[in-house]
Parts: sequence; C-alpha cells; structure tokens
Amino acid sequence: MLDAKIPAGHISEKWSNAKFETKLVAPQNRRKFEIIVVGTGLAGSSAAATLGEMGYNVKVFCFQDSPRRAHSIAAQGGINAAKNYKNDGDSVFRLFYDTIKGGDYRAREANVYRLAEISVQIIDQCVAQGVPFAREYGGLLDNRSFGGAQVARTFYARGQTGQQLLLGAYQALCRQIEAGTVRMYPRTEMLDLVVENGRAVGIITRDLVTGEIQRHAGHAVVLATGGYGNVFYLSTNAKGSNVTAAWRAHKKGAYFANPCFTQIHPTCIPVSGDYQSKLTLMSESLRNDGRIWVPKNKDDNRPPNQIPEEERDYYLERMYPSFANLVPRDVASRAAKRMVDAGYGVGPLKNGVYLDFKTAIERLGRSVIEQRYGNLFDMYENIAGENPYEVPMRIYPAVHYTMGGLWVDYNLMSNLPGLFVLGEANFSDHGANRLGASALMQGLADGYFILPTTIAGDLAPQLNTPVPSTDSPAFREAEEAVREQVNRLLSIKGSRSVDSFHRELGKVMWDYCGMARNAEGLKFARKRVAELREEFWQDVKVLGEGETLNQSLEKAGRVADFFELAELMCQDALHREESCGGHFREEYQTPDGEAQRDDEHFAYVAAWEYCGTGKDAKLHKEDLIFEYVHPTQRSYK
Amino acid sequence: MSLLNLTLKVWRQSGPNDPGRFEVYEAKGINEDMSFLEMLDVVNERLIAENKEPIAFDHDCREGICGSCGMVINGVPHGPKKLTTTCQLHMRNFKDGDTVVVEPWRATAFPVIKDLVVDRSAFDRIIQAGGYITAPTGAARDANSILIPKQVADQAFDAAACIGCGACVAACPNGAAQLFTAAKLAHLNLLPQGQPERWSRTVAMVDTMEEYFGSCTNYAECEAVCPKGISIEFIAKMNRDYLRAKFKDRRAVVKVDMTEAAG
Repeated sequence: MLDAKIPAGHISEKWSNAKFETKLVAPQNRRKFEIIVVGTGLAGSSAAATLGEMGYNVKVFCFQDSPRRAHSIAAQGGINAAKNYKNDGDSVFRLFYDTIKGGDYRAREANVYRLAEISVQIIDQCVAQGVPFAREYGGLLDNRSFGGAQVARTFYARGQTGQQLLLGAYQALCRQIEAGTVRMYPRTEMLDLVVENGRAVGIITRDLVTGEIQRHAGHAVVLATGGYGNVFYLSTNAKGSNVTAAWRAHKKGAYFANPCFTQIHPTCIPVSGDYQSKLTLMSESLRNDGRIWVPKNKDDNRPPNQIPEEERDYYLERMYPSFANLVPRDVASRAAKRMVDAGYGVGPLKNGVYLDFKTAIERLGRSVIEQRYGNLFDMYENIAGENPYEVPMRIYPAVHYTMGGLWVDYNLMSNLPGLFVLGEANFSDHGANRLGASALMQGLADGYFILPTTIAGDLAPQLNTPVPSTDSPAFREAEEAVREQVNRLLSIKGSRSVDSFHRELGKVMWDYCGMARNAEGLKFARKRVAELREEFWQDVKVLGEGETLNQSLEKAGRVADFFELAELMCQDALHREESCGGHFREEYQTPDGEAQRDDEHFAYVAAWEYCGTGKDAKLHKEDLIFEYVHPTQRSYK
Repeated sequence: MSLLNLTLKVWRQSGPNDPGRFEVYEAKGINEDMSFLEMLDVVNERLIAENKEPIAFDHDCREGICGSCGMVINGVPHGPKKLTTTCQLHMRNFKDGDTVVVEPWRATAFPVIKDLVVDRSAFDRIIQAGGYITAPTGAARDANSILIPKQVADQAFDAAACIGCGACVAACPNGAAQLFTAAKLAHLNLLPQGQPERWSRTVAMVDTMEEYFGSCTNYAECEAVCPKGISIEFIAKMNRDYLRAKFKDRRAVVKVDMTEAAG
C-alpha cells in the first residue's frame, strides 16, 4: 500500500500543518542546491521562477525554442478560484466539493482541498504580475461560470487565459534568468532520468539543434512535462506534447498512476479528413451561451437555420435540466457520442453536433458575443470555413487532457526520492475527470506555491552534500542507453514513416481505449499495440542524422514511448472494472447510460510499476478515503 | 470540396553554414480544408517515401497561439490571409495551379538553423532585460484591491496578445523588432502594477533590442503582417516613454504617471 503522506488534522488545517512541519532551507543555504526543472508550462515556469527567487540554483529545460511556447499557452477558457467575488455562495469548501465530485470520487481529498485553498492566492499573484484578466467597468475583476459548477468563479482573459498566465510565469522566469539564478536550456529534450541508490540524481538530455547528449545532475529533479493525450495521435495537444520524460522516469522506477483516466473534451471541431494533424478545441466557456442540439429527424439534411425549433433536440437541456449545457465534460462528451452513434450527427461526415449561438445573439446582441468569444469565432471560421455568427458551429469530442500521470504523494514527490512531478504530468488532483478551468489552477498551485514549500523537506537533510557527480556509473549507463536508442532508430532504415505508425496507434487507442471501452476491445487493443510496437522497431524509417536538427528522430523517440504507454493504459482500463468520470466501461453503466462506479472495489489509485516492455506492470494501490465528501452517484439532472 | 495541385518552391538549408537553395516539389491532390502545415505534412510524407529528408519547420500548437510556426509564403510572413498564423492558414486561400514560394524568416537577428527553422532567442533576451513586473511569489495583495479601468485592461490585453512569432521582424525591411518590444512594454507600462519599473524597463528593453535588431523607419509592414493585429501605435508610446525615461528626472516622472494611471 502506498503512503501518500497526508498531514494530520482537519482538512482545512492540513496544508498549514504541513507547511509548519516541513523542514526549511535557510535563505543563505539555498544557493548550495541545484534543482533541475523539466518543462516550462505553467507548472514548470512558475516553479523555476519561484525557486530562483528563493535563491536556489535552477536549470530549466524545454524542447520548444522558447519557454514561452509550452502548451499551457493554448488554454482558452479560464482559471477557477474560490474568491466568491460574485457573492453567489462560493467558498473554498465548495470548490473542493465540486472538484471531488467532478472527478467522480477518484481524487485524493487532502490534495484537492489544498488546491481550492491556494486558488485564491494564484489570482492575487497573477494580477500582481500584470496578467490582464477581464474586468468590469468599475475596474474589478470579472468572472464567468464553467461546466460542472453552479457559481461564477472562473477568471479569464478573453479566450486566451492560458496564454496570459503562461506569459506571466515566463516573464517571472525571465527575470530569474537575468538575475542568474536560473539557467535556461531551450530546444533540449530530456531523454532519461538518472537514478542512483534509489534516488533521482539527474537527467540525460539531447540538444535538439546539435544532437549533443548531455548529463545534468541535481539535488532534486522536477518534472513538469505535461500530459500524454498525443498517444491518440489526434488530440487538442500541441504536436510536440509527449510522454517521454515521464515515461522514461517510469521505466526507472517511478509509478504511473491511473493512466486510463483521459479526458475527452466535448467541444472541438470535428475531423474533416484523413490528413488531419490535430484537433482544435473550442473553449468550454462557449457552452455558457451556446446551445447544443441535433435534428430530431436522423435524415434531416436541411441547413441548420432551416430546421424549425420544434424539430430540434436540445438534448443536454432535455436530459439534464438543472445543469443543461453546462454539464461536466465527460457527461457532455458521452451524450454527443450517443447522438452521433445513433445517426443524428451533422455536417458532411455526420460526425458532429451543433453548438448554436442564435438565442444568445438575439438576447445579448452580436457585439457582446463578439466581446466574449470573438477570437474563438474567428478561429472556427478559419478552420471550418463557416461563419459561426450565422451558422451554428459543428463540434465533437476530442482527447484533451490526461488526469493520469506519475504517482506523487502529498508533497508532490514520486515514489522515487528526489523526483517531483507537477501539473498535468502528475495524477493528483482531478480524479477521473477534470472540471473546466481547473488545469491552469493546478499547474500554478503546484509551481508557485506547493513545490517551493515541499521540496525543502527533501533538500534540507542534504545540506552540504555536493551535487551528485555526473561521472558515476549511473550517469554513464543512462547516457549510453540514450545514445544506443538514437543510433538504433537511425539504423533501422525501414519502410514506414514515424507519423504513419503514430496515426495507426492513435486509431487503435481511440477506437478501443477512447470515450467508451469494453473488456474485449481493450484486450484486442493491447495485443494490437504490442504488434505495432514490434513492427515499429523493425520497420520505422528515420532519415537524416543524429548530429543535427532532426525532427523525425525526435518524433520517433516519442512515438516509441507512446507505444509502451498505450499498453499500460489498456492494462489499467481493463483492470478497472467500473465506470468513473472519463473512464467509461460499457459493461458498467446505470440504466440511463451514466457511469456506474464501484466504490467497494475500486476506490483506489492504481499506481503501476514498470516490469519490462511488453510485460504486465505491477499494481500498487493507494486507497482513497472520503472523510469530508460522501461519494454518491453523480447527478447533474 | 475541391483538390488543388500546387508547385512549391521551398527553401532548403541543411545547417547554418550551408548557403541554402530553393527546391521544387509538386504538391498534388491537396484538400482545401487542410491547413498550410498539414499540406507540408503531406509533402513531407511523400519526401520520406522517396528517401528524401523532410522539410524542417517549427510548429507546435497549430492553433495560432504558441507562436512557433512562421514562414514567408509568397513573400509575405504567414502568407496571404490577414491576422492569421501559418498554422491557421488553410489551403482554401490558394488556387489550383498556384506556385507557392516558402522561405524562412529572413533577418540578421534570426539566423537559420535548418530549412525553415530559425533561432529567435533574441526575443527572449529582450524580455529578460526587463519584460516583467517584479512580483515575487507570495507577496501579492488581494487581486481586487487593484482597480483597473476596463479600457486600460483591454488596451493592455491588446498589447499582451503578441505571440512572439517574429513575423514583424521578418516583414521589416530593416529587420527591426519595435513592434514586439513595444507590445510588451505597452502591456506592462499601461497597468498600475507596471508603474514602479516603467522607466527602467523601457530603457533596458529598448537598449537590448537595439543590440540585436535593426532600426525602425516607420514602414509599418510589421503591423500589416502581425497575426494578432498588434497596433503600431504602441511603438509611438514606446518611443515617448523611452525619451521621457532618458531626459527627465525619473523619480518625478514616476509620480506624475502614477496619477495618470490611477485616473
């Protein structure tokens, strides 16, 4: 049984108790420590900047050409905080409650409460940095509501909240780079974790421009490397988003928790053809004013504006009257899938549902809608070639976020001492389904406030211990393995491109480990993925050299890891014989088609230990104990 | 849906020391719903099948927000459609039979790494010089205790919308980075939180910019190609702030401007 190291005391006092009980590193001693941070999204940038401000020596790595380009930049809708500025009954406890319920009772209470508590400080911090949040005419901050909540607690910066928050963190990071506390390594990819005597002591990287393989040692390694949604090939993630850093850490002993918990976002632009390279999200905030519907008649091929009101099925409003178009993401996604599967899909490929703003435009006027969503409407028009002010948008669910990730305890440390994991890369706060506007909150809570406090507890006992040597056998072997893999990928010289393998893998995962899963399909998928992995290592074609910028080589390494991860996802999805949140097993549903949890047998975190490629991973459990929110059947009706 | 047959002339350069050259590729059967980068994906898959190295280009989010992508298409950074990044440019903006010339950003400050990939780290240097508000984690007061008139917040946002793609520099005959620098300065200098460091920030960022980039001579090409529609009015603001910072007693100016910002 895994020990999450949850502090004692009432839930509202746990974080205060933890802060008091954690050992400290005094300001004059902090410069004696080297900390490695991988990834520069919200979690990584905010952690690195804060650690630098505190006086630690920090090395930061990102594969992009600048830390400002990490994929947090693309988050659109907003960030939650229990400020209760709207006086609509919000509180820390309510945000905690909504998040636990939204996660379908598969998240750790103590972490989620802390997240809700810190949410208010995040907004203060970001405003102090100059993040231009939306404001009312009186100069106060504005809020809007989001899926899964009945209060307006979401702060936003038009449809570019992630961009503005990331630029705030990036700018704080830049200040530390200038101050010399942080050294930045852009266009550098982590290709292995170095573990010595059971402790994480450093990483092996590849300079993506020169191909140089380097060793970096630190007193602690912090991974903030994002999620693994690109295992599905098509997702809303950036093309470069990958699991490699987390996966290589997993292969070095870090447990991977709940890998099958993936979030399918309900409002994305449907696939238009087989050349499709990614899917584009249309912010969930659109569901505040847009109404989702399909024609009541399957074979209705009339343009949407010619279909009269009484022949439209506003199915979310019909099925879930109290939350209506604002039901949580998993519920909205499954409802759309049911409609399309039943033949009610719209658009040339009949693979979408309508998201209609006609009522809102009539009620509020076009200019208000333009003010709220202008950039999203423009983006839609660019991609779909239709004007959403006049024709309803067509949307369909797409892979968006992964709740699973490396297992961490309350201090955000993995089971490997010295290895910390932040943001989407860890598994901790969203259970089986993340609520909208909570990812930005978690990334920044982890990076600005939690890690800089908890890491001291691990560092303090190491005071005056030198940085581990990079000449050790552990570093040598890790570097050798990385070199070998690079050379192997280049020497296969097979017949199929990396992308063709990736697409095929993604299709298998989407069909059998996507929005709905069943035992038979998962068994098939696991077998099929293993076969594809074998074929990949026999037949992949990577042209070019290892000593220059080689984007095919980068992709090949990432796809190789996606194969192995995919097998683990199938194993996890197969073992979890219940439905919860984003994990929907067709065998386990209520009579009206909702997720049927099995709290008696599955109220635990499944943390998997790597036992070799193609072999079953070993299950470790962390029981989830609910003392403050009683698990019930989630209802949004 | 119609299919396009295009002729591409693409800049290929194996590394910084290679002089580089154009190569011609036929892009046949291109779906008009593809993005420009998806069209290049298709071309690259065909090149790989012919055992030719694919065209290297920077890209990541493919949603027009990360600022990674950027290429000069028929002489125009990000191509023919206004207010659009390369990744959001769709092939319906081209006609069957078109010849499309594709080049990297051309600017002294952005050396070519390979093919269409350039090094834009000079932008990061400008931000490091002062493109921030000093607000160490933990020291912030309640967010609503700072009142910011909506118009001011909106204008700061308009400036902050810059994605750092570098099209402005690529479009400028002088390779100047005024629009990029001015956008960040306006974002921070407009806000009350940005006042204490306003003058030192302006000087530091402008001076760093001038180490790497050319001078602005008001061509306004930058504004014309900016995918986020950043206005050159911000450049005027930057120039004014720079002069004031240089020639006035800074302490006195800070006082005056705090009053302005509060009003």
